[in-house]
Amino acid sequence: MEWETVIGLEIHAQLNTKSKIFSAASTQYGKKPNSQACVVDLGLPGVLPVLNVEAVNKAIKFGVAINAHINQRNVFDRKNYFYPDLPKGYQISQMDWPIVGEGKIEITLDNQTKIVGITRAHLEEDAGKSIHDMFDDNTAIDLNRAGIPLLEIVSEPDMRSAKEAVVYAKKIHTLVQYIDICDGNMQEGSFRCDANVSIRPKGQKELGTRAELKNINSFKFLERAINLEVGRQQDILEEGGKIVQETRLYDSMKHETRSMRSKEEANDYRYFPDPDLLPVEISDELLEKIRQTLPELPAQKKERFVAELGLGDYDADVLTSQKPLADYFEAMLEYHTGNAKLCANWVMGELSASLNKYQIDIQNSPITAQALSLLISRIGDDTISGKAAKDVFKAMWNSEDSADKIIQAKGLKQMTDMGEIEAIVEQVIANNAPQVVQFKSGNDKILGFLVGQIMKLTAGKANPKQVNELLRKKLS
Amino acid sequence: MALTEKKVNQIAYLARLSLNEAQLKNNTQDLNAIFSLFEQLVNIETDGIEPMSHPLHMSQRLREDVVTEQDQSILLQSVAPETSNGYYLVPTVIE
Repeated sequence: MEWETVIGLEIHAQLNTKSKIFSAASTQYGKKPNSQACVVDLGLPGVLPVLNVEAVNKAIKFGVAINAHINQRNVFDRKNYFYPDLPKGYQISQMDWPIVGEGKIEITLDNQTKIVGITRAHLEEDAGKSIHDMFDDNTAIDLNRAGIPLLEIVSEPDMRSAKEAVVYAKKIHTLVQYIDICDGNMQEGSFRCDANVSIRPKGQKELGTRAELKNINSFKFLERAINLEVGRQQDILEEGGKIVQETRLYDSMKHETRSMRSKEEANDYRYFPDPDLLPVEISDELLEKIRQTLPELPAQKKERFVAELGLGDYDADVLTSQKPLADYFEAMLEYHTGNAKLCANWVMGELSASLNKYQIDIQNSPITAQALSLLISRIGDDTISGKAAKDVFKAMWNSEDSADKIIQAKGLKQMTDMGEIEAIVEQVIANNAPQVVQFKSGNDKILGFLVGQIMKLTAGKANPKQVNELLRKKLS
Repeated sequence: MALTEKKVNQIAYLARLSLNEAQLKNNTQDLNAIFSLFEQLVNIETDGIEPMSHPLHMSQRLREDVVTEQDQSILLQSVAPETSNGYYLVPTVIE
């Protein structure tokens, strides 16, 4: 039987506020356990939550960026369940009146564009962290994460393959960083994905029973976990079995998903409006103000790169796909206003290749945007050839030295003395009579051979374009 | 709408309440008596009325995004049953 995969994603984006959503404790990552968990985060008796204005603003920013409906009156609810990393016994979340309502995201895969619906995005507080393998007889609890503001972005079940799900997740990941509401750090858990996965016979309208996959902390794992789960469901259905609706944990080490029974019995969360918090009212003025201050979005930036910088569609797409990459490229242009296309080629070529090879984020690139733009300027002003520039790049990667210093030290400066080049050109013409005859009888390709000979004699320091022109002039 | 003892037991479990037989019976009776009051609402025309999410006609005051809390973990952990290396310890949770 042919099956169709149906995927919906729930993305938890930690909002990059300084303090927590309902308390004035710090949200900084990696601090001493429980040093940033105050009485409100611990759920001690008698404390009251006070909502952080920035959490609200950032949620609105997201809604405005995807053109979603903003619920100008939204309400916090209690989601009740017991777990040691949730001290109050309930999570403050939003159920019936989320801050962000319906919206849309456009994704492109293999040149096909499709719309993925956003059902809603709501504000809630993060839970603490449980560490199971630190002590033999206990689970250790760190509540520094408890109360960090989360925006939970819920999609419609509109995706039909693991690849589509990854493209959608990456799109959201890029967006939240562009609009500066989340740092997007997946290793630190700032951006997390749960995937609702089901399959149905192709052509069938109603949805199959779904499993919810949790604990996915990279895009690679998202794709793997979904494909794994689709395979598992197919095996069950093809053997005549039934899918059980459940939460499954993805284990990237064992490459399996397994049932999280602990979550099952608590599936009745008994939501009700939190009496500690009043409804949130968002004024037209605030909404308009946030709309006005929205930064350039990836799609707009891409359009500008094509229209104003003359970049190709593909280049513009790659450069805007990640905020740090776009930032680097734009920083280069500030120093090097000349050739945007050349800058783009270097960022996407040599620089990206080296960053990939050494697994370095572009923010930590050993060659800064300014340093790289200087190197490219030296190609532009004919100081060095493009080929020599690659050697300079390698040397810059491994040292602190500037392009100019390396060019000097390695003697890579192109020959500019026309008399000297001319002498070598004449010498090569004299020494290669048969090739010269061939060229004169119409074999244009042989010119390359002659240019090669000249470059060899100049140790690659001549400008090939100049050599080419000179040679043609002499032979005509 | 009447609650069964089975349902009440389930709700009690979700709230981690342990009810003995007599408590279960009493609670079921009490809850059903309360529910019968709600039954009156069924007879009221509610079409076009927005569900009430809060009894007060006020809106939430917001707090500036400023960190003012200091690290009080030593004081706060003094009332915890068990701690180690800054962590709160609880009975092992099996995933």
